[in-house]
Amino acid sequence: MRLTQGTFSFLPDLSDKQIRAQIDYCLAQGWAVSVEYSDDPHPRNTYWEMYGMPMFDLKDAAGVMLEVDACRKAFANHYVKVNAFDATKGWESLRLSFIVNRPKVEPGFGLLREEGAGRMQRYTTRSYAAARPEGRRY
Amino acid sequence: MGSSDAKVAASERYRAGVMKYAQMGYWDGDYVPQDTDVIALFRITPQEGVDPQEAAAAVAGESSTATWTVVWTDRLTASDRYRAKAYRVEPVPAIPGQYFAYIAYELDLFEPGSIANLTASIIGNVFGFKPLKALRLEDMRLPVAYVKTFDGPPTGIVVERERLDKFGRPLLGATVKPKLGLSGKNYGRVVYEALKGGLDFTKDDENINSQPFMHWRDRFLNCMEAVNRAQAASGEIKGHYLNVTAATMEDMYERAEFARDLGSNIVMIDLVVGWTAIQSMAKWSRRNDMILHMHRAGHSTYTRQKSHGVSFRVIAKWLRLAGVDHLHAGTAVGKLEGDPMTVQGYYNILREERNAVDLQRGVFFEQDWGGLRKVMPVASGGIHAGQMHQLLDLFGDDVVLQFGGGTIGHPMGIAAGATANRVALEAMVLARNEGRHIASEGPAILEAAAKHCVPLQQALDTWKDVSFDYASTDTPDFVSTPTAS
Repeated sequence: MRLTQGTFSFLPDLSDKQIRAQIDYCLAQGWAVSVEYSDDPHPRNTYWEMYGMPMFDLKDAAGVMLEVDACRKAFANHYVKVNAFDATKGWESLRLSFIVNRPKVEPGFGLLREEGAGRMQRYTTRSYAAARPEGRRY
Repeated sequence: MGSSDAKVAASERYRAGVMKYAQMGYWDGDYVPQDTDVIALFRITPQEGVDPQEAAAAVAGESSTATWTVVWTDRLTASDRYRAKAYRVEPVPAIPGQYFAYIAYELDLFEPGSIANLTASIIGNVFGFKPLKALRLEDMRLPVAYVKTFDGPPTGIVVERERLDKFGRPLLGATVKPKLGLSGKNYGRVVYEALKGGLDFTKDDENINSQPFMHWRDRFLNCMEAVNRAQAASGEIKGHYLNVTAATMEDMYERAEFARDLGSNIVMIDLVVGWTAIQSMAKWSRRNDMILHMHRAGHSTYTRQKSHGVSFRVIAKWLRLAGVDHLHAGTAVGKLEGDPMTVQGYYNILREERNAVDLQRGVFFEQDWGGLRKVMPVASGGIHAGQMHQLLDLFGDDVVLQFGGGTIGHPMGIAAGATANRVALEAMVLARNEGRHIASEGPAILEAAAKHCVPLQQALDTWKDVSFDYASTDTPDFVSTPTAS
């Protein structure tokens, strides 16, 4: 399967030039860019590992790309995403988030069902890879 | 403005009998609205021979303290304050016989936090008043002191996006079709295919509740199976707006609780349930971490005609106060009524922290939303992937684009239709962010994206010539150089 979290996952993987253009866009909006990685892509895993702090003071896409590259090298077989954070009143949240690296093989998720009273059903989504310990999943 | 301005002595004013509303104190051309006043702008069409200023005063009277005759019991109250005051009347540009009337209401006329109470005053008796041929509530200014008495949207755009983990693009949805007749099992199939194909949400239609062909529990069970299957297949959060609209409040709570227990992240209600039920469901949604989707079923009966009724921009304001997270607000390019600028005005009302006066978009007042959360507008009805550039250009990122026929009617099936829409959307957002001019380059961007996505090519081929190009009935009548209020 192909994990389709993130803004551009239905497109072919972005080239470095395309990634840089998106970072340029984020910086032009005044957003702070950050890089995160994970090998637990459960849809409700909100807290991917931060690859350093959000780059609040970095206004140059080339500098951001160095961080993106470093993270992709260090975690070549993890998911890596670029986030853009907007501190404007009323937002104070992410405004863009897209995947820039993914494991070579994505085994996906299983769905566990727990039958209850009547036809009630409770669901659990479980990443096949996450059954193994962190760092040894992909 | 004429003789009715003249103040009369109290002994004259309260003599038993009938007198003009303006003389009773419902017109005050010198009145300066206070920051805490509720202000309503009406479009009035007086009967032949009725003075527009008197007509405005009558509207002020009938929507606040007046009755048809003088009553001495007014003198037991601070009636000068409680009387609404018409303070400005001007002809509607280029439409003879119609006038814009501005009326200010003292804040204490209204119960805090109750749309039912607000509407009982502002649109209560007055719309049937005989001296007027027609009456339309065009816009309202709601003072922050009043706004702060409402909870507003239970989730709001920001938190909805954080819960869904979806940023930087419009969300995609589709309404299950045919909207009536499918069994629960077949209905859930449509949900599964559409979500697995790439949509974020699917949706019950306004009139799918609990009918002989599909009882509500069966629909909920099958839809949540589909949602969870699609979530596992994609690794993305998915949702289906389960319509909990029902005959009684008790039934609605029962349905909403079942949706929650099955793990749904969103429920939906129809506008026809009424203001009290809407506010009850807003509070329930807040308590239960639920996104509340509002389908504006029935609104066109009173929003569409320019001369009479209530503008949708007012309904949008009331719904933001009452507390919904999603609201259908028009597409401008689809099959349903909506002038593009007017529709953008609705979107701004739902999404901005503060609305500036914007007469071209029909926004007559500055409105501070006092930190109330933002409502996600929904564009639905006769739209397809080939219009993606227009939709993104008109409405930006914070909108749910719903392609019902444009997903389910795809020649290669529902999942292919969903994929076509998602690819078209992501390609368009990518291009816009790269600085391309999507309004003009849109078709070329779509054609290029279709090179790596066969379903998108098929969608473009199927619907390329479909457009709904009719004149809108509801457009703002504005003065290009507004006079100061």
